[in-house]
Amino acid sequence: MPMSLMQKLEILADAAKYDASCASSGGTKRDAKGGGIGSVTGAGICHAYTPDGRCVSLLKILLTNFCIYDCAYCVSRRSSNVRRARFSVDEVVRLTLDLYRRNCIEGLFLSSGIARSEDATMEDLVRVAKSLRREHGFRGYIHLKTIPGASDALIAEAGLYADRLSMNIELPSERALKDFAPEKSLAAIKRGMARTRANIEEAAEPARRAAKPNYAAAGQSTQMIVGADGASDAAIIGASADLYASYALKRVYYSAFSPNGHPSAALPHVATPLLREHRLYQSDWLLRVYGFALEEVEDAMQDGMLDLSMDPKLAWALKHRERFPVDVNRAPREMLMRVPGLGTRAVDKLVASRRSGRLRLADVARLTRGLGRARNFLTAADWTPKRLDDAHLESRLVKQPAQLALF
Amino acid sequence: MHALRLPPDADDAAFRDAARRALAHDLKPADIAFVAHGSGFLFDEVPPGRADLTVPRGFVALMRDAACHRAEDRFALLYEVLWRLKHGEPGLLERATDPAIAKLSLYAKAVHRDIHKMHAFVRFHAQEDGGYLAWFEPDHFILKRAAPFFAERFANMRWIIATPIGTAIWDSERLVFAPPRPKPERLEDGVLDGLWRTYYRTIFNPARLKTGAMTKEMPRRYWKNMPETAEIATLTRNAQHRLTARDPDTAPRYADKAKPRAKPELPKLGLARLREEAEHCTACPLYKHATQTVFGEGPANAKFVLVGEQPGDQEDLAGEPFVGPAGQVLDRALEEAGIDRKTVYVTNAVKHFKFAPRGKRRIHSKPNAGEIKVCVGQWLKRELAAIEPDFVVAMGASAAQGLMGKSVTIGAVRGREIAWPDGRRGLVTVHPSYLLRLQDNREEEYEKFVSDLKRAARLAAG
Repeated sequence: MPMSLMQKLEILADAAKYDASCASSGGTKRDAKGGGIGSVTGAGICHAYTPDGRCVSLLKILLTNFCIYDCAYCVSRRSSNVRRARFSVDEVVRLTLDLYRRNCIEGLFLSSGIARSEDATMEDLVRVAKSLRREHGFRGYIHLKTIPGASDALIAEAGLYADRLSMNIELPSERALKDFAPEKSLAAIKRGMARTRANIEEAAEPARRAAKPNYAAAGQSTQMIVGADGASDAAIIGASADLYASYALKRVYYSAFSPNGHPSAALPHVATPLLREHRLYQSDWLLRVYGFALEEVEDAMQDGMLDLSMDPKLAWALKHRERFPVDVNRAPREMLMRVPGLGTRAVDKLVASRRSGRLRLADVARLTRGLGRARNFLTAADWTPKRLDDAHLESRLVKQPAQLALF
Repeated sequence: MHALRLPPDADDAAFRDAARRALAHDLKPADIAFVAHGSGFLFDEVPPGRADLTVPRGFVALMRDAACHRAEDRFALLYEVLWRLKHGEPGLLERATDPAIAKLSLYAKAVHRDIHKMHAFVRFHAQEDGGYLAWFEPDHFILKRAAPFFAERFANMRWIIATPIGTAIWDSERLVFAPPRPKPERLEDGVLDGLWRTYYRTIFNPARLKTGAMTKEMPRRYWKNMPETAEIATLTRNAQHRLTARDPDTAPRYADKAKPRAKPELPKLGLARLREEAEHCTACPLYKHATQTVFGEGPANAKFVLVGEQPGDQEDLAGEPFVGPAGQVLDRALEEAGIDRKTVYVTNAVKHFKFAPRGKRRIHSKPNAGEIKVCVGQWLKRELAAIEPDFVVAMGASAAQGLMGKSVTIGAVRGREIAWPDGRRGLVTVHPSYLLRLQDNREEEYEKFVSDLKRAARLAAG
């Protein structure tokens, strides 16, 4: 008996859920007033949240989970006993539009197993996006996976219909890929990302903009699995720093490995703590947003691993107490960004506020919920922290965060 | 004390009119009270009047947002800020730490969040007449602010969003607002109750139960109007059960047959074979960070070879030498020197891009003596042996060092014929990227570079 659409959805959404990315932000703003259906506001919308705390923004599915590769960490590897299914192009198009019209999703995130060849798979992915855009006037968000090893021409075509392209690196080193994803090649992945960066930059050149208004305007991203191989946090963050610098990636997503689903004997039998994944994200933000150099993030680690008990910014500050306290009324923005407990928005507001008068601690308190941490590292008109050189500072900040946050 | 009457869902325009009236009589914030229409109040109403009102742009936005908040003191706070802006505190809006500004900013933020949540959590149910119907309960008076989004997105549908504070109706051409209607008794939709709930159930990852993170972004008060949330209790309850340790999978029978087949390839010879071998080079650690090996390019029987230092950012992306800014300088210089680039073999001493990551950029790093030595030994020497050129030009110190086997001062040897240790004739000049870095006398140095190339071509021919 042929499978129902519902059965296929169960199999092919299950296979897609290990991809952490679901962002729908950054596309070119547009709407359906001139025809068609759908809009992109630029900010991205999370239409629901599941009990894992993750948002549902895009319909995230595989076109098929038949795969000739045997990547140990992947539920769809050919040696996995999972049920297999395949959507037709029309089925994906219909599903996307049905859910979109009910305001359940921002659009489609489509990936696929390699059922026959890299090119054939890429071709199918492109066909879905093309049909949504051309035949159905779909103006919502589309995120397509690009397949390492697919031809330049197909990758170039994908960007014409997609807002975002992504190619997952999955493991941070050549060695780990050889061990756990023998059919994959790091070189092919890097070449794919290089190709996409070049395509995006070419389309953004002023002379081309009129002709090609929308080549993957939301950029490209990638994902690394954390804890399946023995890679240290330093190796993972180092790989991210390379990727951000090399391929203008918007984001690197980190996905904590867990041996549920159809586990492979080659991998650990314990799940990676979600906290490790969280600390990696925090380090990633320090690199991208807070102006930390790679060496400084590494400096916040112990033997190449991030401290699970505190965030990396606090770890760095405790290691560099000589740089504190920071005067909220005088310090440059870059230094305020290094105060634990102050985020970018709080810093921006502090800098704007202090132009019209000296700030006191109560003023800072109105701008951040992290005052319990921040007050130890800053001075204000009426405030000087005591005991910055106190050996107990660390235990006060790390073990009693709930109580400190009350102040 | 005076009273100003405003309806509970008064918008920023209504507040602005009321504020103008009060300002016309120079009433201090402490002297007026904003009260709801129809409620009893002991004080006199503010007599008619209309003050001129110019305010900073930031206040218009703050007023527009905060006025939608349901807090009763929103208008009083807005009036206080307006008063202070007019009475000696023109920079008040920049002071995010001021208590009134801080509170109004929180109101504005709550209103934005409410609008955003409405955009996210409205669920359209298909109706028999082909239209769609949704019921939503916002926290603040945001219907008029939130509705245009749906008109722009679902322009080709007919839909109604009913809420306790009013009804938005889109007939596929016009957006109109009507008084509130009673909550629909039953809302059903095959897609929402079937495919959507199935998707929601399936995309949940039981290995990562974090219900706190879910309720922070999707507070329980929204759940009753979102069909998928009926799944939450079961998903949460069964998460542990679904996670109980499983034995590793035994592979299905077809797994072996499904292996990708290696593509048959013809064996390559000479330079082509070297190029292919070089793709997999791991002789030094540079390969780990670069995208790919950038091998030389040009005719396999070229008489004239140009050697640079290493590929740059653009070369690394493209996999071809001298395609970036330095390559453009080289192209122009070759043309001016009367040399056809198509007849020249162009390569580098080091075949991988060496860089330091700095945010979104890669900063070029100079290859060290060890990297140059290893790479030249592996590839450049064999490239030259395969091509057998008459003349080899080193551009820059790294190329000269690679060919000479020891460090070379460019100034000492530049522009005259030398013999490389392997006996080949050649010449040393600067690297084109050196010209790009120059601040002064760039033209002059460029001319010298062109004349070096001309001399090299003449020597090679002679």
